[in-house]
Amino acid sequence: MSIRLKREVLTADVLIIGGGTAGCFAALTLSENSELKVIIAEKAGIRRSGCLAAGVNAINAYITEGQTAEDYVDYAMKDAAGIAREDLLLSAARRFNKVTADLERLGLVILKDEKGNYVTRGKRNIKINGENIKPILADAVLQAPNVTVLEHVTITDLLIDNNEVKGAVGFHMEEHIAYEIQAPAVIVSTGGAAGLYKPNNPGFSRHKMWYPPFNTGAGYAMGMKAGAEMTSFEMRFIALRCKDTIAPTGTIAQGVRAKQVNSKGEVYEEKYGITTSERVYGTVRENHLGNGPCYLHTEGIDKGTEEDLLKAYLNMAPSQTLKWLQNDRTPGKEDVEIAGTEPYIVGGHTASGYWINTNRETTVKGLYAAGDVAGGCPQKYVTGALAEGEIAALDIIKKGRGVEITDQTSFVADEKIREYESILNSTEAFFSAEELEEAMQKVMDEYAGGISTNYQFNEKQLMLGEEKIVEITELTKDLNASDMHELMFVYELKERLIVCRSVIAHLGFRKETRWHSFQENLDFPGPDEKYRKFVNSTLKDGTFILKLRDIGKEIRYEHTDF
Amino acid sequence: MSIRISKEACVGCLACTRVCPGSLIKEKDGKAVIKYPRDCWGCASCVKACRFGAIDFYLGADMGGNGTVMNVSAEGAVLLWKITRPGGAVRIIEVNGKNSNKY
Ligand SMILES: Cc1cc2nc3c(=O)[nH]c(=O)nc-3n(C[C@H](O)[C@H](O)[C@H](O)COP(=O)(O)OP(=O)(O)OC[C@H]3O[C@@H](n4cnc5c(N)ncnc54)[C@H](O)[C@@H]3O)c2cc1C
Ligand code: SF4
Ligand code: SF4
Repeated sequence: MSIRLKREVLTADVLIIGGGTAGCFAALTLSENSELKVIIAEKAGIRRSGCLAAGVNAINAYITEGQTAEDYVDYAMKDAAGIAREDLLLSAARRFNKVTADLERLGLVILKDEKGNYVTRGKRNIKINGENIKPILADAVLQAPNVTVLEHVTITDLLIDNNEVKGAVGFHMEEHIAYEIQAPAVIVSTGGAAGLYKPNNPGFSRHKMWYPPFNTGAGYAMGMKAGAEMTSFEMRFIALRCKDTIAPTGTIAQGVRAKQVNSKGEVYEEKYGITTSERVYGTVRENHLGNGPCYLHTEGIDKGTEEDLLKAYLNMAPSQTLKWLQNDRTPGKEDVEIAGTEPYIVGGHTASGYWINTNRETTVKGLYAAGDVAGGCPQKYVTGALAEGEIAALDIIKKGRGVEITDQTSFVADEKIREYESILNSTEAFFSAEELEEAMQKVMDEYAGGISTNYQFNEKQLMLGEEKIVEITELTKDLNASDMHELMFVYELKERLIVCRSVIAHLGFRKETRWHSFQENLDFPGPDEKYRKFVNSTLKDGTFILKLRDIGKEIRYEHTDF
Repeated sequence: MSIRISKEACVGCLACTRVCPGSLIKEKDGKAVIKYPRDCWGCASCVKACRFGAIDFYLGADMGGNGTVMNVSAEGAVLLWKITRPGGAVRIIEVNGKNSNKY
C-alpha cells in the first residue's frame, strides 16, 4: 500500500525555521516584546540541537573594557581582507554585551574577577562555562508565552508569492506527517553547511567534524530556490583544529597562549600572518614544505593548567579530553597536533549567506535571516547570532505585519508534499543518498579546493567540478526513502548539492586570490583591487546569476536594484 | 566517534532519543538503539541525558581510539566524567557547572 502523509496546516504570525542560537533568541525577543504567535520548526530536539550541542568554550565576540564596537568592526573588516559589511558588523557589535548580559540572567556562568568584572581572554573574548548554554536557551523558549516548538520537523521549502514569503513546508522525521506552516513573517536560522567536502575523518568517524553535520545548508538552499540574493559563498571557512577530534584550538592558543610550531619546533605563525585564513595557510604550507606535522606547543605546561584544560574541553569537546586521557598523552607531556578542516560554509565565521539589510531582512519580503545562515557579517559567533535574532524579531514587531492566512493547503505546498510521498513510495533507486553524498564530497574535495588539493583549485578544475555536481544532482531524481528519516537524508543531500553549485560558481567568479586557503585560485594567485567587492548571486531558472557589489561606508545596502 | 548503548543498563526512558541533535537514537523493543552509529557527531548530549549510565562514548579506531570509553553522571551542578580504559583502570574528573572555564 502506498504511503500517504497526514497533512497539517498551521498558522502563525512568525515562523522561525531552526531552533538554534539565533532562532531561540528571536523567539524569546518576540515573546517578551509582543503578543505575536510564534512557531519554531526544529529538525531535532531543541535542548541540544545545532552548534551549541556540546557546549562552547568562550564568548568570542564581546566588547571588552577599553574597546569599542567600532574597533570590533575594524578588526573583522581586516580579518576578512575587506569583504564584509560595516553596517551589519556595527549593529551586531553594539548588541554583543547586551545579549551576553541576557544570557547571564538566564543562567550562563561567566568568569569574574574579585571586583565582579568579567575576565577577558584577549581583546574580544570573555571566559564562561558554556557546557549548558543550549539547555539554558531552550528551557527559556519552552516556557515563553505564545511560542510553540515543533521538534523533529524539518523544513525543506519556503512558500513564496510574488517575492513575498507566505510560510514554509516540511515534514516530521519520525511520523507520517507533512506540515504546511503559513506565516507572513519568517526568520531563517538553520545555521551553515557542513558535509559539502570530504571530511578529515572520511571513514567510520565521518561525522566527527567541527561544524554540526546536521546543519546541512537547508536555509541557504531554500533561500536560493526562493530567488533570494546570496553573498560570498566563495569565502569558505576552514578551521584550524586539534587533529582527529577536530576540537577547537582557541582555548589552547588564546587561553594558554600556546604557539603554532612545526615538527622542528620552529614557531611559524608570524611567518604567514595571523588572520584566520593565514593561520590555516601557514599550517598547510609548513606541511607542504615537509615541516609537518604542526602542533600547538603545550609541552611543559604545569599540572594545574593541564587539569584546567582537561575540564575546559569536557565543557565543549569531550572527545579531546578522552583522546588525551585514553593513553595518558596529556597536553603537558605532548604538544597538540593540529590540522586544517574540510571547508565549511558558515556565516558566523566568514561572510557567506543571505544578503540582508541592517534589519536582517533578506531580498524576499518578510523573510529574515539570522546567525550562521546570514551573510556579510563575519566573526559574529554566538553573541552575533543572538544579536541578529533579536534585531530581526524587533523589526518584525515594529512592522507589525497583519495576519493574512487562508487555512487552505496552498497549491505549492500540495505539490511539495506529493513529492515527499513519491520519494517514500518509489522503489526504483539505483543509488542511495549516502552513496551520492560520498560522490559529491569527493568531487568537491578534488575539484573545488578540498583538503587533498591543499584547498587550492584552478578554473579548469572548477568547470569539471560543476559538471560532475550537476550529474550527481540528476541522479538524485530517482532517490527513494523507506522512512521519514531517510526522506530527510534525501533532502539534506539535495540541499548540499545546491550549495555546492553555488560555492563553485562563486569561487570561479572571483578572479583573484582574496584569501589564502579560503579561496585560493591558482590561475589568479594574487589579490586584485578590482575584486575588492562582494560576489553576490541569485538562482534564476536553475542558473546562478552572479554579480559584483560595491563595498564601503558611504554605500547604503538596499535591495532595490537587483 | 560514536556511542554504545548497553541493553542491560537501558531502562527505555528514551531521554537520549529526544536530545540527539541528529536524532540518531531510536526506540526498538522498549530500548534505545543507535540506528546510525557512523553519523554520530560525538557531542555527548545523549551520554549526559542518560541517568542510568547506559551510554558509553568512545573514539573510533580511525581517530586513534583504543577502546577507552567515557560516560558521565550528574550530582546537582557537578558533572562526574568517568573514563574507563580497556584494562579496567578508571579515572574520574569532576567538573562543577557553577565554575567557569579558566581558559
Ligand atoms: C563546535 C563549535 C564550537 C563553537 N564555539 C564557539 C565559542 O566558543 N564561542 C563563540 O562565540 N562561538 C562559537 N561557535 C560559533 C557559534 O556557536 C555559532 O556561530 C552560532 O551558535 C550559530 O548559531 P545559529 O543559530 O546560526 O546556528 P545553530 O545554533 O546551529 O542553529 C541552527 C538550528 O537549525 C536547525 N535546522 C537546520 N536545518 C533545519 C531544517 N531544515 N529545518 C528545521 N530546523 C533546521 C538545527 O537543528 C539547529 O538547531 C562554535 C561553533 C561550533 C560549531
Ligand atoms: S537515556 Fe539511557 S536509559 Fe533512557 S533510553 Fe536512553 S540509554 Fe536507555
Ligand atoms: S553523541 Fe551526540 S550525535 Fe552522537 S548519538 Fe549522542 S547525542 Fe547523538
